[in-house]
Amino acid sequence: MNKIWLIMQREFLNRVQKKSFLVATILVPLIFPAVIAVMGFILMKQEKSAGVSVVEVLDESGKMSFENSSKFEFVSVTGTLENAKVTYNESSHFALLYIPAFDLAKPEGMILYSRESPSIRKMGDLENMLEQRIRDLKLEQFNIDKETLKGLKTSVSLKSISLSKSGEEKDSNTGMLYILGFILGVLIYMFVLIYGMQIMLGVIEEKTSKIVEVIVSSVKPFQLMMGKILGIASVGLLQFFIWALLISVLSTAAMSLFGLNMPQQQAMEQVMNQVDDPEMAEAMQSNEKIMNIMKSVNEIPYTYIVFNFAFYFLGGYLLYGALFAAVGSAVDSQQEAQQFTFPITLPLIIAYFGLFMFILNDPDSTASFWFSIIPFTSPVAMVGRLGYNPPLWQLILSQVLLIGGFIFTTWIAGRIYRVGILMHGTKVNYKVLAKWFMMKG
Amino acid sequence: MEALTAKSVTKRYTQHTALDDVSISIPEKSIYGLLGPNGAGKTTLIRIINQIIDSDSGEISIFNEKLSPRHIGTIGYLPEERGLYKKLKVGEQLLYLAQLKGMTKAEALDKLKVWLTKFEIKDWWNKKVEDLSKGMAQKVQFVSTVLHEPKLIILDEPFSGFDPINAQLITNEILELRDKGSTIIFSTHRMETVEALCDHIALINKSKKILEGPKKQIKDAYKTNTFLVEHIGNNFVLPADKYDLMEQHKLEDNYYHSTLRIRGVGSPNQLIRDLVEKTEVHSFVEKIPTMSEIFISLVKEDPSL
Repeated sequence: MNKIWLIMQREFLNRVQKKSFLVATILVPLIFPAVIAVMGFILMKQEKSAGVSVVEVLDESGKMSFENSSKFEFVSVTGTLENAKVTYNESSHFALLYIPAFDLAKPEGMILYSRESPSIRKMGDLENMLEQRIRDLKLEQFNIDKETLKGLKTSVSLKSISLSKSGEEKDSNTGMLYILGFILGVLIYMFVLIYGMQIMLGVIEEKTSKIVEVIVSSVKPFQLMMGKILGIASVGLLQFFIWALLISVLSTAAMSLFGLNMPQQQAMEQVMNQVDDPEMAEAMQSNEKIMNIMKSVNEIPYTYIVFNFAFYFLGGYLLYGALFAAVGSAVDSQQEAQQFTFPITLPLIIAYFGLFMFILNDPDSTASFWFSIIPFTSPVAMVGRLGYNPPLWQLILSQVLLIGGFIFTTWIAGRIYRVGILMHGTKVNYKVLAKWFMMKG
Repeated sequence: MEALTAKSVTKRYTQHTALDDVSISIPEKSIYGLLGPNGAGKTTLIRIINQIIDSDSGEISIFNEKLSPRHIGTIGYLPEERGLYKKLKVGEQLLYLAQLKGMTKAEALDKLKVWLTKFEIKDWWNKKVEDLSKGMAQKVQFVSTVLHEPKLIILDEPFSGFDPINAQLITNEILELRDKGSTIIFSTHRMETVEALCDHIALINKSKKILEGPKKQIKDAYKTNTFLVEHIGNNFVLPADKYDLMEQHKLEDNYYHSTLRIRGVGSPNQLIRDLVEKTEVHSFVEKIPTMSEIFISLVKEDPSL
């Protein structure tokens, strides 16, 4: 035990003292907001510089008319389509919109001719305009004027409250939970892959530098493997906590920059409840959406999530880490390792896709249940469900199975590892691995 | 007392037997040569002694105790394939390895100071191993092997990679360690080393021990009653029923060099008497087999081949 501790310390210090650790730990929390900001900036700039696109309209139906907007300028043309195409080609206009005579009930046959293929966004905008115009025409046909229609418009926003068995009511914001589940699931996926690879590379390095024979004359191979796995786990946890700290400090700073820090926000809420003046209330209405999001951010049960996240992070990491260690021990180089890393990461990748395909959208479905119970997928899947309050028995079952799962993989990996690290120049395949696993002493 | 005894140690793998009923006995304070061609099973035996792998059957005791994990600190091991953490600094590395052997950090620091001064490598403390030359790294590795003052030191091809000056330095250290009470096991197929240093020898071939004993005894046992003689003139004949003339060649002037074997019960003194009657003898030396010759003849003669 003492020796596992020594090895753990060494592995931890080796990695934490590296400059690359410091850089990654500090930069990563800054990179994501920075990338989003830069992309947003570029997008905004592009839209501004794009200016107005001129669209020639050949309207054979005679029903359509368009208003110029900040994006589009419409020019009517007449004559045959063939002629219009020729004139369009000579012009520098953005596109030619051809509208044949059509039946209101079945508007078909409209074509947009352009030299460059238009962006989805522009196509969407034009489609919207056409739909809008046709709708108006239909309204006219049914003798409904726009004012009546406006009166019909109703806005309902459904407030979702999750009711716990004890009768406690909690606001739940599904969008927020989706994002939370998404972030947590992806984080686990990334952590397990990145740190699992680190274990594997560490083992390969020890094996190729031949130091391993000296080490295993002092400690049991299993101690060496566990020390390495746990040492790297502590690096991961440290990094995670630094990130969590940095992100919460940064976001608090950002929020206070926008005048929305937590105590102020609560004060505003109180004011809102007391305000009777409808005008004031309306002014505050626009803020309500933001407030709601802030509120649900505040209402996330942080301790519950942080505790469970840490559990699944460690559990998933230990489960896969042991397998990565076994792969590292079996091969002589990183290239050789590739044939084995893919099969062992496959369940993780499946869980990752499952997260997007059904776990986040339908956290209580049968598939979500099985994904969050099976130890190979549960770290990603269950973490994705955490915000949706999965039933306690499922959570406990999943965690017990995960503990069993990593004990199982560690046992298998340990048996392969103790033989593998002393083998050089062997051509390794699954049969050989099985033989090592069965080998005694 | 025996530093180490192995009784009927056997290790089988699925396709071959690495050690077949091997028993050895290593006297305390000896320098014990473990010889054998590549693949004979030396490394397997050493790994079993180091408890890196387990034997299938047989017993090993060290200083009269059954070998167990608490003897890890008793043994120092220099594997044939040298290796250190490349990115780690010399000082940190040596401290770490010493702690894994069970030393405290303070103890290790004290001992390190002595060794690094002795080997004149104190300035390397903060150097990374990847920046050292091969010979320098070898020195560091040797220090890591003996730092915890093991009573049993196992050296696998200790001189490979050393230049003659450092090889001499290491040789002196080995002898000094022996004089201070350590027992040393050499695994090698470099016969000069064996001739110069070892006092006991075991020969392993094809996973079996085929020879063991004090070097002197082994050499005596393999003497062939052959003598090397330098003399003047070659126009004489010795009685063919008593002596074989194995080989003869001319040196400068009228000097000759002959290799003679005594047949049957004749003695060297009788040979000298017979010789001086017929020629002028300038030197007379018994031909003692080298370890290399014994090694080669035994491995070649091994009936299991």
